[in-house]
Amino acid sequence: MDGWKDWFDWVDLGGWFESFFDWIRMTFRVVWDFINTLLLTMYDGVEFILNGLPSIVVIAVLAGLAWLAGAWRLALLSALSLVLIDLMDQWQNAMQTLSLVAVAVLVCVVLSIPIGIAAARSNVVSTAVKPVLDLMQTMPALVYLIPAVLMFQLGPVPGIVATIIFAMPPGIRLTELGIRQVDQEVVEAGHAFGSPPNAILRQIQLPLALPSIMAGINQVIMLSLSMTVLAGFVGGPGLGQQVLRALSRFDIGLGFEAGLSVVILAIYLDRVTAALGSRTAVARLAEAA
Amino acid sequence: MAAIRAEGLYKVFGRRAKEAVKRLEAGGTREEVSQDLGATPAVIDASFEVQPGEIFVVMGLSGSGKSTLIRMLNGLWEATAGHVYVSGEDIAELPPAQLRRVRREHMSMVFQHFALLPHRSVLENAAYALDVQGVSRRERDERAAEALRMVGLAGWEGKLPVALSGGMKQRVGLARALASGSEILLMDEAFSALDPLIRREMQDQLLKLQETLGKTIVFITHDLNEAMRMGDRIAMMRDGRIVQIGTAEDILRSPANDYVAQFVSDVDRTRVLTASSVMEPAKVVLDTTTDAAVAKRALRDHDAHDVFVTASDGTLRGVVREAELTDGKRSIGDLARSDMPTVRRSTMLADLFALAAETESPVVVVDDAGRLEGVVAREALLEAMAGSTAEAVDRSVDDVAASQSAARGDSGAEQQAPIDRAVAETRTNDAGIVGGAGGGA
Repeated sequence: MDGWKDWFDWVDLGGWFESFFDWIRMTFRVVWDFINTLLLTMYDGVEFILNGLPSIVVIAVLAGLAWLAGAWRLALLSALSLVLIDLMDQWQNAMQTLSLVAVAVLVCVVLSIPIGIAAARSNVVSTAVKPVLDLMQTMPALVYLIPAVLMFQLGPVPGIVATIIFAMPPGIRLTELGIRQVDQEVVEAGHAFGSPPNAILRQIQLPLALPSIMAGINQVIMLSLSMTVLAGFVGGPGLGQQVLRALSRFDIGLGFEAGLSVVILAIYLDRVTAALGSRTAVARLAEAA
Repeated sequence: MAAIRAEGLYKVFGRRAKEAVKRLEAGGTREEVSQDLGATPAVIDASFEVQPGEIFVVMGLSGSGKSTLIRMLNGLWEATAGHVYVSGEDIAELPPAQLRRVRREHMSMVFQHFALLPHRSVLENAAYALDVQGVSRRERDERAAEALRMVGLAGWEGKLPVALSGGMKQRVGLARALASGSEILLMDEAFSALDPLIRREMQDQLLKLQETLGKTIVFITHDLNEAMRMGDRIAMMRDGRIVQIGTAEDILRSPANDYVAQFVSDVDRTRVLTASSVMEPAKVVLDTTTDAAVAKRALRDHDAHDVFVTASDGTLRGVVREAELTDGKRSIGDLARSDMPTVRRSTMLADLFALAAETESPVVVVDDAGRLEGVVAREALLEAMAGSTAEAVDRSVDDVAASQSAARGDSGAEQQAPIDRAVAETRTNDAGIVGGAGGGA
């Protein structure tokens, strides 16, 4: 009955992908090594600062950032909840997770904004990028970890790479959307007065798209945080490893403390970046209108 | 030399645009082309010249192609075929960098929805064109402030556009265009988004500024009254074609075809037509020294009722009515009353009505030096109104008949007659006709 399926025995998508992946891995060895070294150095640097300084100093700085972005209430709340992490003895792990997030977000922003701009300017780029983004967003996140480990061995780097792939799409999408949503007449005015395209991008499109771009960065940060926890599966340091340990030992207490620390980091990052977004000139205009 | 010259401009949207232009050039209609080729012709064979210092209005309903046309003048949209010359340079031929230079140096644009930069202050917005030109900060702030003063926005420099009303925003848009120092102003439905009172105010202000600035202005509008008010000359557009170019009076008095006639039938012609269109030469004009008896005879000979008394240099001294010529010995210079209403050739009919209602004597048209030019009789005034209205009704009846027979696809002789008459009217017209509306008919 299912005999017809035998005819298609030669179809082996998984096998093909594996061979393809192996070929890529071997052929571009130098590139992967370079990425490995680069990301590892970045992670080590950030982690050295966050865990090298006394926790009280770091808490003060983070609360200070919250104060700059929003108001004293946000700063106070941040300080209290960060102190709570320290009291739960999860500080060092939390700072490792924060370092992973910081490196991943930095790379995401550096890559996604130019790609978003290119997609906004060219329909060809936009159509080419879209299916790739769909794939990146819908592929179960854990799947990224397998090739990442094969390429970069265990440690923080495969986690960061998987995080970058998983978290980048909203950064690209919202940059493109933001630029495309800028009032066409205003862009036309730039052209009509003879402004070159790059100046129009810098003076009109990017400033007016900034609220949308900031919303994208906010999404990137939140997705990064959720993914860096999964990075614990491939030897990624930080809270993810604590969650994994709690899981394997059925240690409810540890699980709760590590989980709560993630939540606190998440709320802190979300509120601060959201506050920064609403402080951009254009967002304030929208409020005034 | 013309400030802007357009020659056979076409803009066709769609894949087979060039092919569509060939078909249109060969006499194909817009409908045929869009059906056969799936292309959308927006502007078809537009040719015109705009003279320096002139306000050239392009008037048409939405979808008539006027916005597309103005965007081809500064190359925002590339013409599918044809040429646009701005101060001698062909816009269509210029590489992008040169095109930007022409835009910076020669033309600025005012937009329907203002198109201000919301994150920049009023002063920075007004200075935008200068910023693009690379003018130093000091100079551009000075020139922008001056432009803002001209449009009546002094004191608002530091505000953001959100704080301004619609009319004020468009003043900033106007100031931005004026500050740039370019001699050509492209205004794309610049006042259409404003409410009627503010619109009127902006029209007056622009006309006033234009008196001193003498810019070359291409003004797009869908409002016929605005077109008639603003335009030195008006190009009427329909379905992508320019169907008539002429002064407001040309278009009102001799519309190129039924479409234009029907269109202008709604216009308040008392605000467009002027005294010069209804005045007649005075029948009896006599010198101040003439005797009343002579004057009386002259009136009888000419079947007239009023004597117009002029000095030897031709200036008007007054009017004597027939009934006042009782003492045959007196010179009419003594009898003349000089309290009659006088107007200029350019006075609008609407204002003549008011004067004619106030006095019994005829309204007199004089030139700047006070010399008699003509007389507007009450009858002539009423006839001008009644006549033009009747004419418009007549035309619209023809139009209905023509469209009905066209709809039936009936080629019977009696249905054909009104169409023939309409076409004949179109041909005998003396106003500049650029292309008939019916194209292939």
